[in-house]
Amino acid sequence: MIRLLGDLATMVACALALGGIFAAVRAARRQDAALLRQADSFAYAIFAVMSLATGAMVLALVTHDFSVSYVAQVGSRATPLFFTIISLWSALEGSILFWGWVLALYTALVAWRTPASLGALKGYALSVLFFVGAFFYFLLVKPASPFQLVSPVPADGPGPNPLLQNHWLMGVHPPLLYLGYVGLTVPFAFALGSLLAGRTDADWIKETRRWTLSAWIFLSAAIVAGMWWSYEVLGWGGYWAWDPVENASFMPWLTATAFLHSVMVQERRGMLKVWNLSLVVSTFLLTILGTFLTRSGILSSVHAFAGGEIGYYFLGFIAVTLIGSLVILAGRSSLLQSEGRLDSVASRDTVFLVNNLVLTAFTFTVLLGTLFPLVAEAVRGVKLSVGAPFFNKMTLPLCMLLIFLVGVGPALPWRRATPEEMKRKLLAPGIALLLTLIAAIVLRVPNVYAVLAFSFGAFALMTNLQEFSSGTLARMRAHGENAALALGRLMQANRHRYGGYIAHIGVLVMALGIAASSAYRAEYEKTLQLGESWTVGDYELRLQRVWVEEQPHRFVVGADLDVLRGGQVIDRMDPRMNYYAGRDEPLPTPAVRSRLSDLYLNLMAFDQSGTSATISVVTEPLVMWIWLGGMIVALGAGIAMLPQKKRGALRPARPAAARAQPQRELVSTGGD
Amino acid sequence: MNWRRVLLVLAGILPLVALLAFGMTRDPKELPSVLPGKPAPEFTLNVLDYAGAPAAPKPTVSLAEHRGEVVVLNYWASWCLACRDEHRALSEVAERYAGQGVQFYGLLYNDTPQNGVEWIRAMGGQSYPTLLDPNSRTAIDYGLYGVPETFFIAPDGRVAHKHVGPVTDQVLTEWIEKLRAQPQREAE
Amino acid sequence: MKRILVLALALLLGAAFGGARSLSAQQPRSGAELETAVKALSAELRCPVCQGLSLKDSPTELSMEMKSVIRQQLAEGKTPEEVKQYFVGRYGEWILMEPTPQGFNLLVYILPWVGLALGGMLVFFLVRRWTRPQPDPLAALAGAPAPTEARWPED
Repeated sequence: MIRLLGDLATMVACALALGGIFAAVRAARRQDAALLRQADSFAYAIFAVMSLATGAMVLALVTHDFSVSYVAQVGSRATPLFFTIISLWSALEGSILFWGWVLALYTALVAWRTPASLGALKGYALSVLFFVGAFFYFLLVKPASPFQLVSPVPADGPGPNPLLQNHWLMGVHPPLLYLGYVGLTVPFAFALGSLLAGRTDADWIKETRRWTLSAWIFLSAAIVAGMWWSYEVLGWGGYWAWDPVENASFMPWLTATAFLHSVMVQERRGMLKVWNLSLVVSTFLLTILGTFLTRSGILSSVHAFAGGEIGYYFLGFIAVTLIGSLVILAGRSSLLQSEGRLDSVASRDTVFLVNNLVLTAFTFTVLLGTLFPLVAEAVRGVKLSVGAPFFNKMTLPLCMLLIFLVGVGPALPWRRATPEEMKRKLLAPGIALLLTLIAAIVLRVPNVYAVLAFSFGAFALMTNLQEFSSGTLARMRAHGENAALALGRLMQANRHRYGGYIAHIGVLVMALGIAASSAYRAEYEKTLQLGESWTVGDYELRLQRVWVEEQPHRFVVGADLDVLRGGQVIDRMDPRMNYYAGRDEPLPTPAVRSRLSDLYLNLMAFDQSGTSATISVVTEPLVMWIWLGGMIVALGAGIAMLPQKKRGALRPARPAAARAQPQRELVSTGGD
Repeated sequence: MNWRRVLLVLAGILPLVALLAFGMTRDPKELPSVLPGKPAPEFTLNVLDYAGAPAAPKPTVSLAEHRGEVVVLNYWASWCLACRDEHRALSEVAERYAGQGVQFYGLLYNDTPQNGVEWIRAMGGQSYPTLLDPNSRTAIDYGLYGVPETFFIAPDGRVAHKHVGPVTDQVLTEWIEKLRAQPQREAE
Repeated sequence: MKRILVLALALLLGAAFGGARSLSAQQPRSGAELETAVKALSAELRCPVCQGLSLKDSPTELSMEMKSVIRQQLAEGKTPEEVKQYFVGRYGEWILMEPTPQGFNLLVYILPWVGLALGGMLVFFLVRRWTRPQPDPLAALAGAPAPTEARWPED
């Protein structure tokens, strides 16, 4: 039976993980290649078994096997197939099962892709992964088992939360999020592994950065997908509400971004070792904190899964991991001594330090705001809310600083910038900044932060684009190539650097989209009669029909509107309200027309006789840029991740053994 | 990095863990009411009329008329599943205390009178009148954030207690007895 | 470069404080001015039956009613503060989208800036220490007395 199979599989996974800890530690201590292979096989076995468990659950969901507790909880014969499949992650137990599977996947990937030559580092890293795995698989066996028996078997179930059935993005956002979140376990494993193995050299940096970058890409994509889902589903025309669980996904992203930058300083100067390790450990702890916040029920949120005692298990795990990491860090601190030395204040190194400062302050602010309601309740005994107005007020200045830094970093070389260099590089961007500032003031951009975002954004865009142009020109002169070839070869030779600049540009595009859509957002609301026309900005809306449709899992009311511009009908939009059994408030499906400016319609109310409807309209420009910017970020970071052969002289810090493997280019061979 | 620094970091972060543990004991959805102790917000509302409704002296009801009595206000709606659970308890306790200086009123929240009447019929009748709050002003006045919610108003006009969620016979009886035993306090 | 940074910081601080003092001044009477005031106030109050949405963004019936209460009270001449107090008196502080900056609540507004300032000072001192011109090691060897002599002077 499916249920027994799945249940057994999770138990076996837990046992294997526990065994794997010992196997991996043994392999690490003896530095034995055969033992290491044994540890690898534990990883593969766990992946096989967890795939079995997950497959069994999906099968149970699709065949509506209500004897399985999780299926009885979220399954329903009326739910369309796509949403039945993705209901795997719609509630707590299933989401932990999915988490466990992704963790098993990453553990197997680490076993497979990490060269055995790394010996103890690999062994200890695997042991950490098995340890984390053991915790999650144990959750699946006891406190959060999705495979429990339901007897007598019900004929049907309530279906997944209606919020999760409204949009296909629900099939995209959670997997991306888990790939990102769980993926951050790997750098953590390598961090502790390197301390335990006594190898904090370049190998650690290389392994850690690669896995961090790939997890970071998934997490970034997941956050943007989540914003997009919010926008398309929740009906208020916004994409970020500083909801506790949104914040929970954002905080590890901030610290991971800080790490991706400061690790470059460690690579070049051997500095910041303790700081970087702390960042990696904090990033992982923030992911567990995020999981805890979503599942413990201590904070009320759009996303929260029903709470319960599982929160105590997570709390225990957080405490153990925290204390354990600190002990290991302190115990091996002798490995981490470094001489702090910078050549000049005006250097990329300094900018990266400031970058870390701002990102850490940002994380601290978000954490404080998210947890403050709890603090206030504990201290004052009063319930209060810390919502979007607080977070916007406190973080917007930091965002402006970050945009500015995105511009300054690429403009300054490593080590030392001469005043002539700085003048040369910053002149054009500086002019762009001033011109944009003046234009924004003259055009009376309504929001001060938008003015700053545009100005600093123009500055940063110029410096990043300049890197491409100056590098290409240098190559054209040096190698006689034409522009396209030079650009291509330039990027190929320095994937890490130019991929990073592309990611910067993606972030700037997103920032501009956010600034424009916030500053120029216009909202309207009106009750229309059938056939009535309504002028909204450049558009004219005409209510044509109010209709009702009964579907197996819900009851839908919609309004059809013609959209006209200049007298011509250019579109037909149908915002709806969906009524689900047992919910007092309906869930909206807004109608969104995405162009350079978005036209966003939401059905607020309707007349029972079907003769009138209340529509709210939001027009906001450049929302598309947010999604496009997100894709550019993923593209850029993806390019940065591509492995490449090293050319030119080896950097002195690198051990000889590493020469045999493909290295990612760290220092450009041309230009600055 | 030495052990002293480790202890320092731990000292900084363990309070966070303690805070989260504290959070586990709290319910984020529960909103403690700020009304108990304050005078109950005044209202004048129409009575829901239907065939077989309990007799009401007038078509409108004001809270002020009931000064000196214990008043139990129960907010409900026909679309509220949990309201069904408490219906029997409310009707029985209301009957038990009828004519003894205890007045029960239902308040229909965010619903149409027709739906309300249908629900009452389906549940087998209501032993006390329900009042209509068409634009939810009274609900807002009482700080309502969901249904069902039940308010206990003392004879001196103050709100004594707010019960969130379906109410039971035991809770009703306990609070009614408590309020009946109270000597009338002079309003300041 | 330093001057640009200072200018940028000044702009930021100006924006932060300037933006805050927007609505408390006049008393709206009617029409478009009233609607703007209603909108602004609805952004500061929380919808009791939604997940973290403000009244402004919420389509629920209760939110609509609360907005009409706001409109009515503002039209009568009440100040935004008084309207907020009305709701706080019924729902508690929770009904405000962000905590009132007084007493204990001030911590959440101040601590982030304190953190940033402390971090900034740390970075400043670290960078200064790390960019301090180092003494030439050869010169030190030539000129300095042998360490043992300095530590254990002959008596």
